[in-house]
Amino acid sequence: MIRIPEPCGPLSERVVNALRAEPDGPHSVPEPRAVGDVPYPLTDRDFQLALWMLYELHYGGFEDAADPDAEWDPLLIVSRAALERTFEHAVRELVGPVSVPDGDIVRALTKVTMTSDGSELATFLQRRATRDELRSYLAERAVYHLRESDPQSFVLPRIGGAAKTALAELQYDEYGSGAPDRLHQRLYADALASLGMPIDLSTYVAEAEGATLASVNLMSLFALNRRLRGAAMGHLAAFEATSALPCGRILRGVRRLRLPDAVADYYDEHVEADAVHEQLAIRGICGTLVEDEPDLADNVLFGALACLAVDGLAGDVLLERWRSSRAPRERRQHDRAAG
Amino acid sequence: MTRKQRVTVIDCPRGPLLVRGADEVVGFDGTTAETNRAVVAVCRCGRSERLPWCDDSHRARRRRRPPPKTKEEPAEEEQD
Repeated sequence: MIRIPEPCGPLSERVVNALRAEPDGPHSVPEPRAVGDVPYPLTDRDFQLALWMLYELHYGGFEDAADPDAEWDPLLIVSRAALERTFEHAVRELVGPVSVPDGDIVRALTKVTMTSDGSELATFLQRRATRDELRSYLAERAVYHLRESDPQSFVLPRIGGAAKTALAELQYDEYGSGAPDRLHQRLYADALASLGMPIDLSTYVAEAEGATLASVNLMSLFALNRRLRGAAMGHLAAFEATSALPCGRILRGVRRLRLPDAVADYYDEHVEADAVHEQLAIRGICGTLVEDEPDLADNVLFGALACLAVDGLAGDVLLERWRSSRAPRERRQHDRAAG
Repeated sequence: MTRKQRVTVIDCPRGPLLVRGADEVVGFDGTTAETNRAVVAVCRCGRSERLPWCDDSHRARRRRRPPPKTKEEPAEEEQD
């Protein structure tokens, strides 16, 4: 379990207060009155941190929460639902209208993941990133990778038949194929430790960008709402299908910077694993899910597009951060060269 | 746990062969690649950098032109 993070605004502060309140004492929770109360929920760190804490109650929980039953506190659930409405609305606005041509979900997923080019970040890490920038990337992504694949496990009881079997097969690989030291979360923790970085999730949540928290919250939104089970699987398909090539690039960046083997090992594993998972997720899971429940087709594609859009946003935020911190230095170099 | 009885090969159009239940892939030159994965993706396009396994390089096929160099992007505010 981890400790409750420091709040960074009114919404997260009210969640923290509610988590610290005595179980039977009075407590109140944040509840945006209406969709639109928070102008940019996808990058608003306060909003995303509040939602992240409410989700975290369903994963590892907080060691310093006053009430061990906070997970099912009705007021916290009401608060989560209110934040989720705002969040989902913002994601749908970002993605735009969705429809699967001829209901052919396999083709639609293949197409959107083929044309999407979310590789700018990976190319930067491959060719240009400094050691510090690569470390900051690992720190930022730790918020997800230390919990890698856990959101999707919530979907197993929500789907059936061949799609369930395929998801279980994919998750088995994510969870180490029977070998605890090959658990992907563990590989990531080993990579962090090899660089002398902490392996405690709360360290990274404390520093994470709003958009990074949004990319993780998106998976929980989809996985914890049965209505969005199709989106959860579409998200997984898009995530896996756009992972192997970027992981290959990051691996080359890791080797260029001569980072420890444990870091390379994590990305090396993911090149091969995700090339398999991509096929399992698109065909085995999403294809069969939509065969069984044709009405889910648009929902599956929505999840895929949401993954590409929100993860793209999180990537852009990181690239922008590095660019702005490099700008003064590069300008000085430029001036020196010119003078 | 039951032992796996069947090996299945799934044809992924414009993608790899997905093989469930393989223990090893033997190349025509006799080299053997072993695996412990329940399912493996075997490259068919020949572009993979980790043959015989797929590394998704077939996805990069469409991009024939070299990607634009980031250096050529105008530095916007910084250019005066």
